Amino acid sequence: MADPARGVVARRGPRLPTLARFAGLLAFALTVFATLLVAFGKNPLRAYVDIVSSTLGTAHGFSETLVKVTPLLLTALAVALPSRIWLINVGGEGQLFIGALCATWAALNLSGWPSVPLLTAMALLGFAGGGAWAAIAGALRARGWVSETISTLLMNYVAILLVQYFVFGPWRDPEGVNYPQSASFVDAAILPSLAGSRVHAGLVFGLVALAAFALVVTRTRWGLELRAIGGNAEAARRLGVPVARYVVVLMFVGGGLAGLAGMAEVSAIQGRLRASLSPGYGYTGFLISWMAGGHPAGIVGAAFVLAVVTAGGDILQMTQALPGSAVNILMAVMLFVVLGHKAARP
Amino acid sequence: MIAAFARSLLSGAVVSGTPLLYATLAELIGERAGVVNLGLEGVMLVGAVAGFVAAVHTGNAAVAVATAALAGGVFNLLFAYLVVTRRANQLATGLALMFCGVGLSALIGARYVGRQVSGLAEVPIPTLAEIPVIGPALFVHDVLVYGAVPLAVATWWVLYTTRWGLALRAVGENPVAAFAAGKDPRVLQYQALFIAGMLGGIAGAHLSIGVARTWAEWMTAGRGFIAVALVIFAKWQPLRAIAGAFLFGGAISLQLQLQALGVPISPFVLDMLPYMLSLVVLAVWGGSRRHAAPGSLGRVFQGSP
Repeated sequence: MADPARGVVARRGPRLPTLARFAGLLAFALTVFATLLVAFGKNPLRAYVDIVSSTLGTAHGFSETLVKVTPLLLTALAVALPSRIWLINVGGEGQLFIGALCATWAALNLSGWPSVPLLTAMALLGFAGGGAWAAIAGALRARGWVSETISTLLMNYVAILLVQYFVFGPWRDPEGVNYPQSASFVDAAILPSLAGSRVHAGLVFGLVALAAFALVVTRTRWGLELRAIGGNAEAARRLGVPVARYVVVLMFVGGGLAGLAGMAEVSAIQGRLRASLSPGYGYTGFLISWMAGGHPAGIVGAAFVLAVVTAGGDILQMTQALPGSAVNILMAVMLFVVLGHKAARP
Repeated sequence: MIAAFARSLLSGAVVSGTPLLYATLAELIGERAGVVNLGLEGVMLVGAVAGFVAAVHTGNAAVAVATAALAGGVFNLLFAYLVVTRRANQLATGLALMFCGVGLSALIGARYVGRQVSGLAEVPIPTLAEIPVIGPALFVHDVLVYGAVPLAVATWWVLYTTRWGLALRAVGENPVAAFAAGKDPRVLQYQALFIAGMLGGIAGAHLSIGVARTWAEWMTAGRGFIAVALVIFAKWQPLRAIAGAFLFGGAISLQLQLQALGVPISPFVLDMLPYMLSLVVLAVWGGSRRHAAPGSLGRVFQGSP
């Protein structure tokens, strides 16, 4: 008996390899979206060709896709980590904005520092800011007061308004004429990029965080305790696992990763704080984590697919005169088919 | 001056509270059947755009509201199929539904951005409208405003005095027991979610053709999520939802009035008010209300006939 679970766990029908199954679901979602495009008088084939050729067809397009993969990896982990114990963090967007806000504070006020300490301070503050923002929701949840799902959702709006307050108010660049934005950062506050592209060191943050996530959940005592809480929180609590502390800490670390994404965006991509710094990376990260079932390799794959779709949204806006948020439908349908296919774990 | 401020504040509270009440009742009916729908925001957007498009083409407000209700109901059936038939996770599916609604409404509404409709007409109620201050504030509104409170009462009546309402609440508390008693939870959940979708659609339509009289992408601005919070605040009771919705309508109205008066507070800080209030309300009262929630809320009914 190689697998003692065989025969106990009922399996319906032959199981396709995961990758093939995922490809099938993706094809189904693409067909649904294509049908919708036809209904609105657009040419779906051209739309898909535009998306693929502009993102994967050229070296520049590919590098721009990686630019979008960077924040998505981090915001997906911000959801995947708390989801190990069934916490649903929908606040990645707000945590990203707060991370960007805190990193900007460092960039503007510590501008005399040399590059390495300044970037370190920005990253730490971005992480701490996003983390603290999420930890509020975690603390409210740990006390059994407010569901983290609804509190993180509402706090997204507060966070975005807070950033708007700063870029329209105290931090507004007087030289920005009519465009509300902070003063541009000094060179020392800019994360290094790969020569000739916008691919920046933030991608390293994402990959390191992903590796750490995979390692922690599979190879450490923390990961074991997380599985215990995820399996049966009450049993884990009685065995002495500090469940409430895990709730707050996981929300903090998750929020911190989203905050780091915000820091990387303001530092490497924007070079200043703008209210338009994210086209919904936090929400897209949520979709990625659920699509991947919280699995590290799945997160990489889903982040890449959704980065292509996100970048494709900009292209469709130009070539097909579709509203930028129309690709939200495609993302939603992708998640629908994954969720509907089986009761998926986040 | 003070009378004028009070009148605008009160009138604004009623107008802003109306879509919140429809939306809160929508969420409440679904949750009473055991289903949390975080996609209400998307349902509202689909209703808002459908109502607006119908208003542009027919010029008839009644047709527009009916279209919005139907669109919201049908759109919510997609959610019902996924969470009831396919047994998908309610929270994640709800959020995906929100995205779908955001994208779909943007796609439908793209050609209508910037257009204006005459929308729902104000119908002053004779004699009552002539009471000073209160009259113009409360009794010069459109029919959806007048319909909101009676609808909450009707919801209470249906849930607590009819067989269907009893069956619905039974499904929300314990679907296995309801099933054993001969009520198919899935049928009742489909019915509840269709009705919830219709109410969500009307809530959206009130924003697009009753208040703004124009269409803008993501014009609901989180009201669908505030409604989810309001259901908890209302302890899943339709009559309490009236108080909650108009309290929040008051907060939105106060924020708008203070901005109009030119109070030296950043408009962005004032805009935070409704969201902060939702959080504070939940933090103060949420914990003590957990036990008022329907027993099977959020769980997936696995039993099969």
